[in-house]
Order: sequence, then structure tokens, then C-alpha cells
Amino acid sequence: MPPGGRAWERSGTQIEITRNLTIPKLFLRQCKKYGKNKVAMREKEFGIWRPFTWQDYYENVKYLCLGMVSLGLKKGDKVAMIGDNRPEGLWAEMAALCAGAIGVWLFQDCMIDEVRYIIDHSDAKFFVGETQEEVDKALSIKDECPKLEKIIWDDPKGMRHYHQDFLISIRKVQEIGREVDKREPHLFEKLINQGHGDDICLLFYTSGTTALPKGALLSHWNMLTMGRNLMAVDPCYDTDDFVSYLPFAWIGEQMMSISCGLQVGYTINFPEEPETAREDIRQIGPHVMFAPPRLYEGMTRQVQVRHIDSAWIKRKVYEFATKVGYKVANLKFEKKPIPWTWKFLNWLAYITMQKKLKDHLGMSRLRHAYTGGAAMGPDHFRFFHALGVNLKQIYGQTEIAGISIVHRDGDVKFDTVGTPIPQTEVQITEEGEIISRSPSVFQGYYKNEEATRKTLVNGWLHSGDRGFIDEDGHLVVFDRSKDVMTLSDGRPFSPQYLETRLKFSPFVQEAWVVGDKREYVAAVMCIDYSVVGKWADERKINYTSYPELSQKPEVYNLIQKQIEEANKDLPEPAKIRKFVNLYKVFDADDEELTRTSKLRRAFVEKRYKDIVDALYSDADTVHMDTTITYEDGREQRIKTDLRIQEIKI
Amino acid sequence: MAQAKESGEDDIILKLENVHMYFGRVAALAGVDLEVKKGEIHSIIGPNGAGKTVMMNCINGLYKPQRGSIYYKGRQINDLKPHQRAKLGISRTFQKIELFGGMTVLDNIRLGRHIHLKTGILSGSIYVGKTKKEELKTRKFIEEEIIDLLEIESIRDKTVHMLPYGLQKRVELGRALALNPELLLLDEPLAGLNLEEVEDMARFILDINEEERWKVTCILVEHDMGVVMDISNSVLVLNFGNKIMDGTPEEVQHNPDVIKAYLGEEDLYATRR
Repeated sequence: MPPGGRAWERSGTQIEITRNLTIPKLFLRQCKKYGKNKVAMREKEFGIWRPFTWQDYYENVKYLCLGMVSLGLKKGDKVAMIGDNRPEGLWAEMAALCAGAIGVWLFQDCMIDEVRYIIDHSDAKFFVGETQEEVDKALSIKDECPKLEKIIWDDPKGMRHYHQDFLISIRKVQEIGREVDKREPHLFEKLINQGHGDDICLLFYTSGTTALPKGALLSHWNMLTMGRNLMAVDPCYDTDDFVSYLPFAWIGEQMMSISCGLQVGYTINFPEEPETAREDIRQIGPHVMFAPPRLYEGMTRQVQVRHIDSAWIKRKVYEFATKVGYKVANLKFEKKPIPWTWKFLNWLAYITMQKKLKDHLGMSRLRHAYTGGAAMGPDHFRFFHALGVNLKQIYGQTEIAGISIVHRDGDVKFDTVGTPIPQTEVQITEEGEIISRSPSVFQGYYKNEEATRKTLVNGWLHSGDRGFIDEDGHLVVFDRSKDVMTLSDGRPFSPQYLETRLKFSPFVQEAWVVGDKREYVAAVMCIDYSVVGKWADERKINYTSYPELSQKPEVYNLIQKQIEEANKDLPEPAKIRKFVNLYKVFDADDEELTRTSKLRRAFVEKRYKDIVDALYSDADTVHMDTTITYEDGREQRIKTDLRIQEIKI
Repeated sequence: MAQAKESGEDDIILKLENVHMYFGRVAALAGVDLEVKKGEIHSIIGPNGAGKTVMMNCINGLYKPQRGSIYYKGRQINDLKPHQRAKLGISRTFQKIELFGGMTVLDNIRLGRHIHLKTGILSGSIYVGKTKKEELKTRKFIEEEIIDLLEIESIRDKTVHMLPYGLQKRVELGRALALNPELLLLDEPLAGLNLEEVEDMARFILDINEEERWKVTCILVEHDMGVVMDISNSVLVLNFGNKIMDGTPEEVQHNPDVIKAYLGEEDLYATRR
């Protein structure tokens, strides 16, 4: 049998969360407990995994904190942070919290306008960046954000020509801190003891699918209770490994690295570079993993493509093993006993294929894999269960410190998101909106009374999602309330559901389904450049660029086949009748996606109005004339004709 | 842009005096003089067939000029073989990539270091004492100074022929750096790269030239005038084996002979801007 069944029976480390406990207090306690005897984090650097013990963690945070305090950081000040996942990032955050300051994380790939907005809106006093790139971002907005006082950097590469007096390196700040510590040896502990659980610790800018980002205020109590409640469901152990490679600006990563990580004391591993993350994850083989669906979708696509490429015998073994895997997974979903013949076949599938594949995906030791932050298609979900991966849905918001609902082991349903974690109540309003209440519900939006009033009513967090609770008490999330479409026969329908199904095809990277109160449903498709490109190479179809490839008639027919596959078990009015291949992929830099890769429907509807209009007219082409933005801010104008293809049903 | 350094005679790292190179009756170099100061980026430009690569080959010893002298740090090196010059600290990259396609990135870079290793076959096979120390030092140098600088962590174990062209060019630079050179000859490092790769490569060249750790003098043969004018301290213009002029980028851009011979009527050097 696949391993991993027994570990759950061990008891987890339970930490009593009192109202007075703060993250820094817990940090101090854990540092004292583990000291030099345990590795707190590892970073792969120069090709080698470099360990940091809890003692190293403690000293780095302490000196950084005292240094920042001596540079003028006060209780309640905001410290903005940006950069890849690395120990220094976590140290900076912890140091800010120890000083009583509030951490504000920015996504690494934030465009300059977003950086300016967040720095200005949050009243950030300090800015901690990783490399020259982040320092450049801060410098270019410095004049417009007068409240920003110091810019701290980490990597000296390329910094040789920077001599402004408000720039300072992390090393230098720590040196200052060391001096302060010599003069006042008890200052660090004193600062930590001043904190209270109800103090704000983090200010999170939510992705905002519609408007400007809103800053959610979370207290120590919020973060810690959420971590405890999740750990009560799925305990982790201090011998576990976790890989931190998703943006710290995402609540899910904070929840794993801070809320849960600090309480449990597991080792946090940082990959060498974002590009090496996949290989580094494989080397570590984490016990627990939390990622948004797009990561799992990427893995699925990788496996599907490799499968197409591989030798005959490997393909056959894979096909056998997945067939068995799906059968067994379905029996488990239906909570039926698995006959011994299937148990045997599943064992065979495990030793011939699943074991190897899981190793390649870095899932060999995985006990719990969570997905959350966006909707995941049932096909992807079943794919992982067929592999024997214990993938579970998580549902929550930044406003509830990350999570309120999760699947329980042995009670996983692929169309639901699970049941509430302890101390959490979830209800459905008369309008069908999901509302929740728990100690982790946030303190309000920063400088936005009106939004706070709308979202927080009598302690209940209004999510803006529509859903229902099924006969087993599982929550089913339908879609964002404002996104729910009405079909031609008057039934409500979730475009997101259809999109996730379309995305199960490896050829489709993004999809956007339209058809609210229209006579039929239509779709705008973004092909996956590498997969479709490879497919075209094999068929000797020439192309030079994404726009050209996307408009090839053969590619249209290929995409049509994928849509027909997704159309199969849909009711008649929900079937996609017309589609168009877009000349580019939706991108967060063009504001079409949020930084967590959710489609900003209202925005794309405005931007691609011509396409939508054409999809509901008799036209068979649509002319486009727009500009696209590159990552460095440059813009390019694009003029092209897009073909519209009809699908006969 | 690199700062030009004020310097006297002592600071001249490489000097070519009246160098002639003939292939049959064709004069590839007809009496060229060149002085490269320590710490600068000295570019060589000129139309195709002007003799730029021949000049590189003369400097690093692949060709032996029939007449004229080449001095490196005051010492005449005409009679030295390429590997002897390499040992003195002259390293180069090639216009067409000359890597070992079947080997990994790391192995290719290590190869560039080979000339400085003192280990023999015997001690190498048992890996103790000095050998071990040397290997560890080499590893540290390659990982911390080269792989980190060139940002090729994600490809270090990939075989070279599987990599896209732009990355192969980077590996080629990495191998040249493994020699820990004082003088680096870069033969069209930007040819065939896309805009983003050009920017990266130009940044690497500046890093190698300016960073305290490296401070490598560079001779750059390049057609991309935008980059050449941006990063060079001096520019030598060649045409049919003759030196047209040698001066700062500004002087070169405004010299009528240069414009006629190479840059053309329009501001070609501004192509990438």
C-alpha cells in the first residue's frame, strides 16, 4: 500500500493560544526551546542546502529588529517588503513584528503603479527589498511617497553605484543592531513583551478582482488562532519539511510559514531561485504543501505532455496505472470498500508508476496537499487522487487569515471544498452568499470604513461568494456572486466551473467563458504556447509567434476538440457554441488577472468588448487594435484579426 | 556606463605594435596599433571582413602575425602558445559557440578552470589532502563567483546542446571567466540574442568590468552599436585591416570617415534604442 497512513496517529504539538500571545512571543519561545539543536530553515545557495538553526534565526531577527528600531522604526509603523522567498525575507518580517511594526508584503512582480499605490496607501516607513531590481522600484517612487524613510536591501549585486543616504544594507542594519544589543542587552525582549495579541501584525493587500486593492488588517490573534485550528484538523510535526516558494504576499504562504510553521516548528526550505523551485522541491520532498490550483494545473500539464512524448511501453504502463488509480479514487470518493483485487492492482500501479511519478513531482513524502485561492477543476482534482496524492481543498479569504474550510481525510469530495475548521461557523444567507465567523476574522480594511462596513456585519465576514451546503455538510462554492451567469433557459450557471474544465486540456492555458443572459455560451481561449507549439512542430505547421500560432486553422480545430470534450456532459444551454483564440495569454501585468491569477472579469469584458460583440453577431472575424505591456513597463501596439469558430452541436 | 580611468603608461595591459597578418596575399591586418588600458572596455568595430576576429586570434595566439609585436603587461608574447597566454590571464569567448555540447554546463565551466589546477592523475584519483582542498576551492569559486553572477543556477546540470542559444552564450562567458582572467576577449557576445538577452549580457559585461571582485579588462568585438557606444571606454574602428581611428565613443560617432566606412548615412548605432 502507498505509505503515509500511520503518521497521522502521532499527536501534534499543541500550543495554547492566549489573548496575550503574539507571533514574536511565540517566536522567542520556540527559539529558546530548539536553540542550536534544530534546523529552523534551509536555503539552497551556491548549489548547496545551507541550514539555519533556531539560534541563527533568533540572532538574525534580533539584530535586524534592533537595527531597524535604532533607525527610527516605532510601534505601529509599516514595513513594506518585496522579494523572492528567502530567509532574509522572513527575518525582516519577524524583525518588524518584534519591533511592534506591521508587515506589508508586495508581490515580486508588482508593476510600479501597484508598488506606488500600496506604499503610499499603507504609509510604509521602511522598505525592505531583495536586489537592485526592488531598490530601483522603491527609488522611482520615493519622491511620490514622502512617508518612506529608509530603503533596506539585501543582495549587493549591481548596487555598487548606489550611494543615497537613505539606502542601507541588511548586513549594515544588523551591525547597528549588534551595537545596540551591547548597550541595551534586554531591549529586544522588552520590545517583544510590549506586544499584545490584539495588535495588528500584518496588512494584506487583497488581489481585488474588481477595484483597487484593499488592505486587510490582521492581528496576531487572528493569525495564531487560524494556524492552531488548521493544525487541529491536520497536525504537522516539527520533524516535517515545508518548501516556501510561493509569494509571501499571498496569505496562503504566510499561513504555512508563520501561522502554522511557527507553532509546529517544522523546517522551512527556500529554493535557490524561482526557476529551480521544482527541482528543489523534489530534493526536499515536503510533507505538506499548499499551492493555488495553477501550480497543480501546471504539474498535470507537465505529466500529460511527458506522457504524450514517452516510449510505447511507458505510455502503456502509465495508462494502466491511471485507469486503476481513477477506479480506486472513485471508490474512495464514494466511500465504498475497495475489493482486494483492486487493492492488489493499485499496489501494482503504485510500484510501476505512481511511486516514480510522485518522486518526480516532489510528492513522495507528502501527507497533505492543499489547494486554495481559486477554483480547481474536478478533473485536476481526480487526477491527483488517482495518483494517490491526498489533495484537499481549502476555502478561505485573506480576511479570515487564510482558511475557514478544509476537506477532512477520508471525507474528500471533488466538487466541494470541505467542512469548517474548529471554532469556525459558516452559513449561507438568504441571497445565497457564504458568510463565516471565527476568531480569525480580520479587523477591517485599512483606511476604508465603507468597505469594512459592507464586509463585516455583526462579526460575520461576507465573502461575496455564492454557494450552498450539501447533504453531507460540505460547502460547495458556486462562484463569485457577481460572476454567476444566467443561461438562456433562466438557470444560474458558474463560468468558473466551465473554465476550469477547459483548462484540464494541456493545450489550454487560460479560458474565459461569456454568455450572461445571452442565447448561447461562448469562450475566449488562450492556447498554451509551449504545448501547442510542440504539437505544431510535430505536424510541421510553421509559425513564428504566439499570435500567429493561435490563429492557425489546425490549432482552431485542436482547440475545438478540447471544447467538445468539456461540452460533453453539460446541459444543452451551457454548451459552448462559439469560440475565439486570443492573440496573447491573459496576464497580471495587463491587469487581466489578479496577482494570484484570478481572471478580472469586469476588466476583460471592457477590454475585449469587440470580441464579445463579435461572438454574438454573424461576423466570422474580429479586428483587434490594442497595446500590451511588458514586464519592464514597455508597451507594444498589436493589430490583428481573430477568427471566430462555431461549434456544431 | 563605465567610467574612463585616468592612467599612465604602466596601466597599459595590452599593446599591439604595427601588427601585420596576411593570408596569402590578402592583408587581414595591415599594420594595426592598439593600446588597451587596464580596467577599460575597449571595443573593436568595423564591417564584416575588417579583421576584427583576426585581431582577437592574434592576441590570444591562435594566429601568429607575420610582422609586429604584441605586448601583454610589458612582456612580448608573440612566441607564446594559446594555452601559455591563457595561463598569463588572457581568456576569450568565440563568435560561434565553442562549447562541448554533450557535457553539462558545470563541466564546461570547470574545464575553463583546468589550466589552474595542479593536481596530478594519481592524487586526483584518491582525492585527499591538497587535491581535496583545491577541488573545494574550485567549486566555491565556480558556484559563488560565476554561476551566481551569470544567474545560471537552473541549468547547471543540463547538457549544453539542449539549451537555447542565449543561454549557451552565457555558459561560454562562464567558461572564459573560470580562467580568472585579467584580460577578456569577447567576440560578438551579443550576436543572435534577443533584446532581453542583450540587456542581460551587457549587464554581465559591466559587472565583470566594474565589480571589485573581477575588474577584468575587456576587448569587445561587437556589431550592436547601441551597446558598444553605451558601455565602451574606447572604440577602435577597423576597415579592411586598417585602423581608421581609435577614440572615445563620442569621437567615433562624429568622425566622418567612420560614418562613411561603417556606420552609413543614418544613425545606425542607434538601432537598439
